[in-house]
Amino acid sequence: MVLVFAEATNGKFKKAAHEAVTYAKKTAEVLGTDCCALTIGEVEDAGQLGVFGASKVLNVGGPGVAKFDSQVYTAAIAAAAKEVGAKVIVLSHNSTGKNLVGRLAARLLAGSAPGVNAVPTANGDQLTVRKAVFSGKAYADVTLTTEYKVISLAGNSIPVEESGAAVAVESFSPELPAAKTKVIETKRVEGTTPLPEAELVVSGGRGLKGPENWGVIEDLAEALGATTACSRPVADVGWRPHHEHVGQTGVAIRPNLYIAAGISGAIQHLAGVNNSKTIVVVNKDPEAPFFKAADYGVVGDLFEVLPKLTEAIKEHKAG
Amino acid sequence: MKLLVCVSKTPETTTKIQLTADQSDLDKSGVQYIMNPYDEWYALVRALELKEAVGGTVTILNVGAADNDTVIRKGLAIGADDAIRVNTDGGSSLYIAKQIAEQAAGYDIIFFGKETIDYNGSEVGAMVAEFLGLPYVGDASNLEMNGNQATVTRDIEGGVEVVEVETPFAVSAAKGMAEQRIPNMRGIMMAKRKPLNVVEPVDFPETTQVNHYELPAEKTAVKLIDPDNMEELVRLLHEEARVI
Repeated sequence: MVLVFAEATNGKFKKAAHEAVTYAKKTAEVLGTDCCALTIGEVEDAGQLGVFGASKVLNVGGPGVAKFDSQVYTAAIAAAAKEVGAKVIVLSHNSTGKNLVGRLAARLLAGSAPGVNAVPTANGDQLTVRKAVFSGKAYADVTLTTEYKVISLAGNSIPVEESGAAVAVESFSPELPAAKTKVIETKRVEGTTPLPEAELVVSGGRGLKGPENWGVIEDLAEALGATTACSRPVADVGWRPHHEHVGQTGVAIRPNLYIAAGISGAIQHLAGVNNSKTIVVVNKDPEAPFFKAADYGVVGDLFEVLPKLTEAIKEHKAG
Repeated sequence: MKLLVCVSKTPETTTKIQLTADQSDLDKSGVQYIMNPYDEWYALVRALELKEAVGGTVTILNVGAADNDTVIRKGLAIGADDAIRVNTDGGSSLYIAKQIAEQAAGYDIIFFGKETIDYNGSEVGAMVAEFLGLPYVGDASNLEMNGNQATVTRDIEGGVEVVEVETPFAVSAAKGMAEQRIPNMRGIMMAKRKPLNVVEPVDFPETTQVNHYELPAEKTAVKLIDPDNMEELVRLLHEEARVI
């Protein structure tokens, strides 16, 4: 059995949870077994995870798990793995998953592969799975040689697939420790898709010349339904907030479309974005190194090019 | 407060990654190494700031061979009091976490960087916390202490979560937690005389192997689009790339 922890935010699943269940189902197929999904806390329609391939869905409820704590959630996931006889555990490689992968590996003395990009291959009792390393400058094939194995899936790595039907949700009540951390406040920017989850990203760099010029980036992002991002120098001087900084020491992203305007393409920036499926670069300098990493390039003044692109997108959407 | 900062050595950020001919390893020739930026810029500096505010000691811990001492001495030059190096070339994340856990009992806060920029695992801090039975807060962009209680802000998708936790605990530092410090000449001179204790590893099995690496497929040459014809770019994004 493969166990997948499907995280819900405010009671609802996001794409990452559907990706994780799809991935767990494919991993179970490789191993000739089934996939069980675990949900924690109050979740709407948890049985719908059956649509993405879970043959069984467990829910751990109660006040003890209402807020996230890595020790409590680790205890719940490990108990569920023992309950259903799962030796392979799949998580999403997001802020929650990153707090859990290591804990679960230490608790189960498991080999772990954090942030994988592909479905594993099996060789006897071993699993080999590919993950990006050096912030996307290379891939490593990691072989897990232990009885228990813990894998977390990088966002936007595999398409969500529907392969089954909704199943009944079974309540599961393992013995859990009391949380040693207390969540005081959760603040989310409303209305836009967070960068690590975004499929479309529009990013600006020093070529924008100042924070007051960001309207051309925001207009294009709005027309596309994209999330905005920026290069490191722009975040460092305070033109844009730190959470928008993509690159080797910022957020590493892998959207379907990354549009970069006024960014030269330093190697540290490329490291964080070169797993994007399609890259468009707008720069007035034809020698900008970013063009070598781009699929489509526009050599021109971004203050003229971006508004034209925004209009063309709007016309395209209007059909 | 007794503060421990766990640091890794990583290739410098501008390194062009090359593989050996059989693709079984990275070609390490000519690679320059640095202290992992998240460990140095954020974890170490925040630990030093806390020591300056409330007193205590800052110890650096590294798991690695003798050639890691340059990186450790830099941490001492920035201001740590002493250092421990567990003398081993291993290995998998869990092996390294076990070595850290053996040394990390008795500290009030154990700091990590949020990830290393080479393996991008983000897992060793949580592993150490589990081995020691401690709470753990990952991707922290702010950490304030009030007595033995910490208020930690951690990055989540599209926002932050504010968490309270009492010492002892483990935390991983993200951008925002502190500002990079450059060691001065006095710090560099003093670092040479600070204690760097080398200890031997405990036995622990390896849990993972990496036998094969690949470089990303080369991009085909960029398609240049006339800046006056953005309709053509939209058409290509829709019909060829199929991303909009």
